[in-house]
Amino acid sequence: MSSAYRLPHATCIDYTKPLRFTFDGKSYQGFHGDTVASALLAQGVHLMGRSFKYHRPRGVMAAGAEEPNALLDVSRGGGRSVPNLRATQVELYDGLVVKSQNRFPSLRFDVGAINDLLAPLFGAGFYYKTFMGPRKAWAHLYEPVIRHAAGLGHAPSKPDPDTYANQFAHCDVLIVGGGAAGLAAALSAGRSGARVIVADEQAQWGGGLLAERGVEIDGQPVQAWLAQTVRALQAMPHVRLLSRTTAFGYFQQNFIGLVERLTDHLAHPPQGQPRERLWQVRAKRVILATGAIERPLVFSGNDRPGVMLAGAARQFLNRYGALVGKSVLVFTADDAAYQAAIDLAQAGATVMAIVDLRENPQGPGIEAARALSLPVLTSHVVIETFGRLRINAAALGRIGPDGDVTPVKIEQCDALLMSGGFTPSVHLFSQSRGKLHYDADRQIFVPGISAQQECSIGAAKGTFALQESVQEGFAAGAEAAEQAGFKSQTIAPSRVRHDVPSCAGFSGAVPRPKGQRAGKAFVDFQNDVKVTDIISATQEGFKSIEHVKRYTTTGMATDQGKTSNMNALAVAADALGRTIPDVGLTTFRMPYTPVTFGSIAGLARGDLFDPVRKTPIHGWAQHHGALFEDVGLWKRAHYFPQKGESLHQAVLRECRTVRSKAGLFDASTLGKIEIVGPDAAEFLNRLYTNAWSKLAVGRCRYGVMLNEQGFVMDDGVIGRLADERFHVTTTTTGAPRVLAHMEDYLQTEFPELDVWLTSTTEQWAVIAVQGPLARQILQPFVTDIDLSPDAMPHMSVRTGHICGVETRLFRVSFTGELGFEVNVPSGQGRMVWEALWAEAEKHGACAYGTEAMHVLRAEKGFIIVGQDTDGTVTPADLGMDWVIGQTKPDFVGKRSLVRADMRKADRPQFVGLQTHDPHFVPDEGAQVVAVAEPATGSAALGFVTSAYDSATLGRSIALALVANGRARKGETVYLTRLDGQALPATIVDPVFYDKEGARLHA
Amino acid sequence: MKFSAYALLKNALTGSVWPEQWSSPEPRASYDVVIVGAGGHGLATAYYLASEHGIRNVAVLEKGWLGGGNTGRNTTIIRSNYLWEESQKLYEHAVKLWEGLSQELNYNVMYSPRGVMMLAHTLHDVQSAKRHIHANRLGGIDNEWLTPEQAQAFCPILNVGPNIRYPVLGAALQRRGGTARHDAVAWGYARAASKRGVHIIQNCEVTGIRRAPSGEVIGVETGKGFIGAKRVGVVAAGHTSVLMGMADVRMPLESYPLQALVSEPVKPVMPCVVMSNTVHAYMSQSDKGELVIGAGTDAYTSYSQTGGLHISAHTLDAICELFPVVRRMKMLRNWGGIVDVTPDRSPIIGKTPVEGLFVNCGWGTGGFKATPGSGHVFAHTLATGEPYAINAPFTLDRFLTGRLIDEAAAAAVAH
Amino acid sequence: MLLIDCPHCGPRPELEFRYGGEAHVARPAEPATVDDAQWMAFLYLRSNPKGLHFERWRHMSGCGRFFNCARDTVSDKILKTYPAGQARPSLEALGLAPVDHEVRA
Repeated sequence: MSSAYRLPHATCIDYTKPLRFTFDGKSYQGFHGDTVASALLAQGVHLMGRSFKYHRPRGVMAAGAEEPNALLDVSRGGGRSVPNLRATQVELYDGLVVKSQNRFPSLRFDVGAINDLLAPLFGAGFYYKTFMGPRKAWAHLYEPVIRHAAGLGHAPSKPDPDTYANQFAHCDVLIVGGGAAGLAAALSAGRSGARVIVADEQAQWGGGLLAERGVEIDGQPVQAWLAQTVRALQAMPHVRLLSRTTAFGYFQQNFIGLVERLTDHLAHPPQGQPRERLWQVRAKRVILATGAIERPLVFSGNDRPGVMLAGAARQFLNRYGALVGKSVLVFTADDAAYQAAIDLAQAGATVMAIVDLRENPQGPGIEAARALSLPVLTSHVVIETFGRLRINAAALGRIGPDGDVTPVKIEQCDALLMSGGFTPSVHLFSQSRGKLHYDADRQIFVPGISAQQECSIGAAKGTFALQESVQEGFAAGAEAAEQAGFKSQTIAPSRVRHDVPSCAGFSGAVPRPKGQRAGKAFVDFQNDVKVTDIISATQEGFKSIEHVKRYTTTGMATDQGKTSNMNALAVAADALGRTIPDVGLTTFRMPYTPVTFGSIAGLARGDLFDPVRKTPIHGWAQHHGALFEDVGLWKRAHYFPQKGESLHQAVLRECRTVRSKAGLFDASTLGKIEIVGPDAAEFLNRLYTNAWSKLAVGRCRYGVMLNEQGFVMDDGVIGRLADERFHVTTTTTGAPRVLAHMEDYLQTEFPELDVWLTSTTEQWAVIAVQGPLARQILQPFVTDIDLSPDAMPHMSVRTGHICGVETRLFRVSFTGELGFEVNVPSGQGRMVWEALWAEAEKHGACAYGTEAMHVLRAEKGFIIVGQDTDGTVTPADLGMDWVIGQTKPDFVGKRSLVRADMRKADRPQFVGLQTHDPHFVPDEGAQVVAVAEPATGSAALGFVTSAYDSATLGRSIALALVANGRARKGETVYLTRLDGQALPATIVDPVFYDKEGARLHA
Repeated sequence: MKFSAYALLKNALTGSVWPEQWSSPEPRASYDVVIVGAGGHGLATAYYLASEHGIRNVAVLEKGWLGGGNTGRNTTIIRSNYLWEESQKLYEHAVKLWEGLSQELNYNVMYSPRGVMMLAHTLHDVQSAKRHIHANRLGGIDNEWLTPEQAQAFCPILNVGPNIRYPVLGAALQRRGGTARHDAVAWGYARAASKRGVHIIQNCEVTGIRRAPSGEVIGVETGKGFIGAKRVGVVAAGHTSVLMGMADVRMPLESYPLQALVSEPVKPVMPCVVMSNTVHAYMSQSDKGELVIGAGTDAYTSYSQTGGLHISAHTLDAICELFPVVRRMKMLRNWGGIVDVTPDRSPIIGKTPVEGLFVNCGWGTGGFKATPGSGHVFAHTLATGEPYAINAPFTLDRFLTGRLIDEAAAAAVAH
Repeated sequence: MLLIDCPHCGPRPELEFRYGGEAHVARPAEPATVDDAQWMAFLYLRSNPKGLHFERWRHMSGCGRFFNCARDTVSDKILKTYPAGQARPSLEALGLAPVDHEVRA
């Protein structure tokens, strides 16, 4: 025991395991079981942080998740740093490195503390009232300075090397909180056989019980009862105990988010162990045993290091063996603080005085304190504190019968323990949309009407006495289990002795002498919001509590107002002359305490961010040097560069080869839907613009699909395999959308049609063989299909075999050349591809990628939906009136096409563009304008949808949508460039190559 | 009292009390114009009615507290790099007003043109981004193309490497885009409007819209009684359908929850706004140091102001992909607003079939950036009975004729 | 995340479903015969109520079927799910008093 502040008995400390850690570079000793806060306090260190705005020196105020002041940066190196951790929650391990934040150059001497002297300038919302001139000064001068001063810690500077796990779980009863009430509930629910999950944010079970020493439950010392209860629960296989697990969010239908911290407390986390685990739990019943948080008292100087919550001092003492001071002053409006005074006195501290706001407090705690001769001053208040980096004295005042406060004396002390009573932790209850009820007698909000299948128990419900808490736990556990369908047993009521529960409290600003300004009486410690800020906000017209919160920033710090909200509300209510429930609480939002992004994102990173879809031929393409592009979830071969080739060179070569010889293209990503049934043709009639009834078996047709608004949403070739069977192809990324669209109409609008829809995208690998030599390449492998032009003309489909494998062979072309698309079962895709490739190579053919495919089709004026259309384009805009089945009474989208604006003459129309400079390839997206130097703000005629350097034509080509474009053929227009110029081009027909289609029909 | 550094100093030295920023009057029996909804758009409308049209007999009615709806719940992104000419003019009108707004209102709304960078992850994105850039430049709106390296230079924590699912292929940057302080916008307009005589009446829910037998609007029923009005402008975002229903006008709107979240505050790490439509997320850093993060709406219509965890999870997936250094950062607060979405994702600003009833709605997820411009053109419409040139295309009628202004479709992916 | 009771598969998490917009918006049997206003109403006008909403969902990652759902858009509580094609359930069947609904809508 190297320090005078470390005591030899504590419920959470393993004195056999000393640990070393550093704080701001200085080495300290602690023990296994310590938090950074307890270990530093045990070394007599209180100063742990600086506040956000005024950079005031701050010590630890609380002992748990509500801590507003002692925020630290913990770094393990290599991207493993975390800012803004509460010292009260960081568990010690050997070699831990922690640093204080928001100070320069050091925690003891921080130049930012100048702000504290200028505080009168920096009242609530000061920044809204200044920094306005000159116009650009905010962004260039003031804001950078403010940003630099704001913020707390530093974000990590390297990517996080850790992993995070994610688990879904179902249970009958979820209990949040492993204190007395929660454990009692778990015991009774568990005994019924229900599947129970108990989550507690702390490392050890017991919650507030861990800080109790003299209490007895059922004749046992409290710690023995606790150990026995936990053992009993651990023995139940259907009860899952999750410690270091915070329930942070309560969503609809009893869906709760929990985060379990797995490695942050370990000196050497096992390799591969996830750092945290997100539990997403659906529970039949939820029991909230989330406890209560002690309120600070609001008086001038209440933020000085050494001033802390009485309950926190007691926890540090009894849980961690850390004495927070040797001469302590207690300032309270509640009984519970008396027990803190007694415990500290018994541990050797001198209690200088117990200053009680109340006139005539009564109860066992007060009696016990008096029995120990602790000086109790009733109707007294603390009116000021002294000391720079640590409290050394406090000024006391007496409240007279008229309510006036008179200063009486100055009391020396090295710690001041305060208690304004306890605020039930109703965060999760409120998130569940339960309605809160205001208990006017005790000035607290407690759970009122539930909105979900949950109940609150114990201190969370405002039940502060241990005996009743345990009782509520037993009852709630049994009831929840029964509601979940289990038979529960009754557990005999417990008898608790020597408990000193919270019974009263105080919110708002403590009375002060007349004429004395409220001074530095802090309400929100981290954000430096004082009583005066809240009052001035109300005077400035911010009368809603939400306005007060936003204007002063009270409750918006990293603790989200856990210790400050009730005080802020009380101060505001007082200033507004209204009651607390009338002013109302601000909304409780998830998360309860901050949650790591990584734990929520989980495994979704890199290739697991979105599924990667690869075709059966992907491996071959990779082996042959293809570079890939992302198209939806798919990886598609973009081009196949040969040695040293650029994209441009490779594409020119690929295009030339396809036109002169042939090329193989992996078209497996095309969406495929099998439409089968007696009404298949009628279904297509209604979903596509074209007419399908008369399409002969063995023939194909290009189909266009509109959405109900009349705009092109997809296209593709559809082949009729049998009277009642069609093979529909869709765009690559459109496939799921098209199927959903079809299902929607089939199920909800046309349920009378007898049709089945099946996605077959993954069933078929598709190999496009395109080019004048396509037939020669295929011929050797096809035994049972006549490929001759007469037997198998353009736009036909045959079933048969290739390489001995079943095939659906389409004669279709997206290149304008003689072409086939070979559909084979995916499993055989690569084998067939390799066989065809071996043959293709003999003929000098190439493999080509999506870029060459885009160029080849553009030369033919074939559109790509999504590139040449954008969701605002009709078939008529595309010059595709021929796809509209004019005799059909209806199809999806038809009615919309006759609306006024859909028939206007100046709609954009699909045209070709021939740039005057044949080497100029405009940007896709370039604007088409009427004059060479368009005035800023002038309207565009349209835009370039596609543009390429065409090897076939020896020049650039472009496609565009231009207002009334078809009537403008021959006109010169100008295409914008990003260098500010606009270059001339002539509007031409969109078909640049083989207009007659001779090659297609070869 | 005029706000200034001098005023602050004087106040600090004398300890005097600041005056109320806006008054809280009891409603009059009737007004020339009643605006329903005291969000940024409604308050701006009232301000411009008073300041530019001399119409000061105006009330802004608010069910809750002013600025408490989407104005106080959004991620504060400002930009005007829209595709269609109509949208460009509307949003650019707003940006021009943003640039001088603090001075005009004598309220620091902290407009910060830190640059809005929109990422391209696929070749389709690149085409779409370039189309926007070309269209914007023609429209006189700044927008430039950045290579991945330039994008990273502009935002050093952005991952432009190949180790993510959808590598960054480039970005479109609007330097004049940025952020502002959302609450200050509502408060600034409220203060400036109140000073000019506008009545801002909070905790005053509109429960009915009263029409004369001849059909025209004559006022509104409220929790504080009937309030007469020659003209009524509904500026109620997510609640527009409900309000318009009171006048028997059906709207092409659906209301969805839109979630946003912030991290704990940290020292400056994010110098600009980054948006990605493909991986679906956007992020900036507030003056306070919080990373401000958002994405698209939840999937189903709702008025609940809360959303599903899986929606936030998807947003954070994307953020951690783009900015791997923030993975250990923590979500501090998550909240939701209710946004009203039109079929073409563009707003409706103008007349309705009911004489005297006007509507400004349908801003979807992007209304904050338009606040000054929206208020300005709507004030003109309310004052004159006719739309300003800029909002003339944003009629209700466009859904009848098919002349949509579809920003969403233009970004649609297919092929 | 909602827990949605698919009428064909039973309760499943929302992740398995896709929202399909307002229910009982029937496509005109003969679109060519309706006027522009009626067509606009079919395409775009939605009740968007604050309160009881009848809506479509599709069990995408399950049976694939569309069905209808009555949900309160304020509390997000699901009152009933029922197969597509079935009539809208009465307020009584949803356990709502008629007056409730009127106030909300």
